[in-house]
Amino acid sequence: MSNNDIKVALIGNPNTGKTSLFNQLTGLNQKVGNYPGITVDKKQGICKLSATQNAVVTDLPGTYSINPTSLDESIVLKTLLKKDIKESPDVILVVADVENLKRNLLLFSQIKDLEVPTVLAINMVDQMAKKGISIDLSLLKKELNTEIVLISARKNEGIEQVKEAIIRCHVAAKASPLCGINHQIDPDYFTKLKEISTSYSLYELWLMVTQNSYPEAITTEEKKKLIAFKQDTSKLKKYQHKETIYRYQEINKILKKTYIVDKSKATDLRSKLDKVFTHKIFGYVFFVFLLLVIFQSVFDWASLPMDFIDSTFAQIADFAKSSLPEGVFTDLLTEGIIPGIGGVIIFIPQIAILFLFIAVLEETGYMSRVVFLMDKIMRRFGMNGKSVIPLISGTACAIPAIMATRTISSWKERLITILVTPFTTCSARLPVYAILIALIIPNTNVFGFLNLQGLVLLSLYGLGFFTAILAAYILHKTLDVKSKSFFVAEMPNYKLPSVKNVFYEVLEKTKSFVLEAGKIILALSIVLWFLASNGPSAYKNAEKNTIENVANKNITDAELQQKIASAKLENSYIGILGKTIEPVIKPLGYDWKIGIALITSFAAREVFVGTLATIYSVEADDEDTSTIKEKMASEVNPETGKKRFNFPVGMSLMVFYAFAMQCMATLAIVKRETKTWKWPLIQLFGMAFLAYVSALFTYQILN
Amino acid sequence: MRFKLNSLSTIASLHIGEVGYISEESLDNIPLKLLEMGCLPGAEVELVQVAPLKDPLYICVNGSHLAIRKETAAKIKILKS
Repeated sequence: MSNNDIKVALIGNPNTGKTSLFNQLTGLNQKVGNYPGITVDKKQGICKLSATQNAVVTDLPGTYSINPTSLDESIVLKTLLKKDIKESPDVILVVADVENLKRNLLLFSQIKDLEVPTVLAINMVDQMAKKGISIDLSLLKKELNTEIVLISARKNEGIEQVKEAIIRCHVAAKASPLCGINHQIDPDYFTKLKEISTSYSLYELWLMVTQNSYPEAITTEEKKKLIAFKQDTSKLKKYQHKETIYRYQEINKILKKTYIVDKSKATDLRSKLDKVFTHKIFGYVFFVFLLLVIFQSVFDWASLPMDFIDSTFAQIADFAKSSLPEGVFTDLLTEGIIPGIGGVIIFIPQIAILFLFIAVLEETGYMSRVVFLMDKIMRRFGMNGKSVIPLISGTACAIPAIMATRTISSWKERLITILVTPFTTCSARLPVYAILIALIIPNTNVFGFLNLQGLVLLSLYGLGFFTAILAAYILHKTLDVKSKSFFVAEMPNYKLPSVKNVFYEVLEKTKSFVLEAGKIILALSIVLWFLASNGPSAYKNAEKNTIENVANKNITDAELQQKIASAKLENSYIGILGKTIEPVIKPLGYDWKIGIALITSFAAREVFVGTLATIYSVEADDEDTSTIKEKMASEVNPETGKKRFNFPVGMSLMVFYAFAMQCMATLAIVKRETKTWKWPLIQLFGMAFLAYVSALFTYQILN
Repeated sequence: MRFKLNSLSTIASLHIGEVGYISEESLDNIPLKLLEMGCLPGAEVELVQVAPLKDPLYICVNGSHLAIRKETAAKIKILKS
């Protein structure tokens, strides 16, 4: 990125093909960063405009207006209001949908009044003939006083012209407002407003007043004067309404001359599909069916690549162990770092497949129908139709799911959604459930065709959803958070998903998951390794003592090595930690070894199996689950002389994992999204309490 | 076309497929966001579909297809032709 690059902000209504245009302009030259101070992902890409000129394109969240009602939309305002000089765009590229030009031009008219050079790209022009639309382009250019390009982003048509227009617009560097908002509403009021500062356009000043958002460079005096304008809030509201109506009047006047729709040509795929997808019975049936197909595919399709990743990492560790000289560094690498990275990578197939489905559902427009179907139900539980998307994504991973709540405009509904999302069964719980189910549930069929193990797994998913809903209801009734509940969702046209958009979406989401979660899991596995392979003096003497203890007994060398490893672990720091918490977890049916796994799982749930594997001195190799399974199956409770992992213990553990907030990465994201430690801490302790009590009851009743 | 102003007519009282015109007096009851999305006084509004649990409503106004909650719709008065 050089200083010479033109800074382009890409802005438009949702569902206008903004993302398609961004992908066409930048290709794979994309990166996701953070906006300074705020925590919403910023998508930027480099676009080669000409042989000598590059542009840095920022993809802003889709919005209907500059006046924000959700966190996503407030980014647009902040970027455009020059909150941060370095971020402020040289050229704004507005994308509009040809079919909905009137509404799209409202946003354009607001942008134009900021007096920044603006290019208008009218998208989906390949649909014009089909929809009976015709545009007088040269007249529209004149009326709107701007560069206009007709494009079809998905078909890669008009992209070069967009690039040329950006350069022309940047060179000309002239910008004039479209709607003089002052005369029509209250000339006196707006003239006075304009007098406050010459460095800003009237509309910018008006936005500062209405949105209470000020640029970095504003002086204290100017700010004081602007604040004085805010006193009469009912007047502000009235003027904002008037402004919007005035803008629409102007747009209507212009479109009357330049834009003709022959409605008889419109085809009606939308209403036919809507009849099916929003039908009162079939709509829900289809939705449930779709969810089943998604979950089925996530497990089926992912199992092969997951096995492959698993064995590959085991081989890498083996290879490193055999080819590197023995020592602390090799141990750290083969027992800490390599399994740590493997623990993250292994989730990629499941997460990518889930994101693939979600991206397709959003691209086709079906997700909006789900929002429509579910809003009333979700509202009873203090959430919003839009909460469905995070709750579904939560089955892959709570991190992207919590980020997906940003479109919910009511803070209370959004907060409740964030708080309950970790109850949904994420993919990290799967390895834990898988091994426990295999241990305690017989592999038989019930009613002749249902596999009992599968049924138990399904009920654990059900338990997660049910608890999420129940927790939401309790929060809804108890949380004292003031926030206006307002809901409006656009029902976009149905369309076929674009392969390119879906691909980029899956790539980007998966990448950010791997990086976010990866950092923590990796760091933790190193700490874990350190705590498990170091300890006070008893640890150092463990080897000697064990050899002395078994000196007269007849055991093989392998058995001896195993005993030494167990003794070492018991006396390592982590072993001491496990012993310390043993009294607390005993009523749940766990011993200190399980206790260690519980502690380490508070960083990430999937660590459970690996920790037990280390503890039972087996190679931490998931591919070979039979060994760890056998070890767990043969582990004996010394007090009863029976199996440690019996039915009550297994059930108690699964219930514990279903409820407990054992994921540092999620806690970090909740902190980021709620901007305080209060909510993640409430989540951590509330869920841990629930997990403990439920596991206690489960064990005590079953035992 | 003849307009009847019925004080009980709001977007929420439309039948599926029925069309009304948003009355000027409703202006203050329309949230800014809805105005911006094209839900303007004088505009033709059609009730396209009602969600299975009678809420939200799926309307078409000024070319925008929107889902809004019944409580919002009940505040927006309309004239029926």
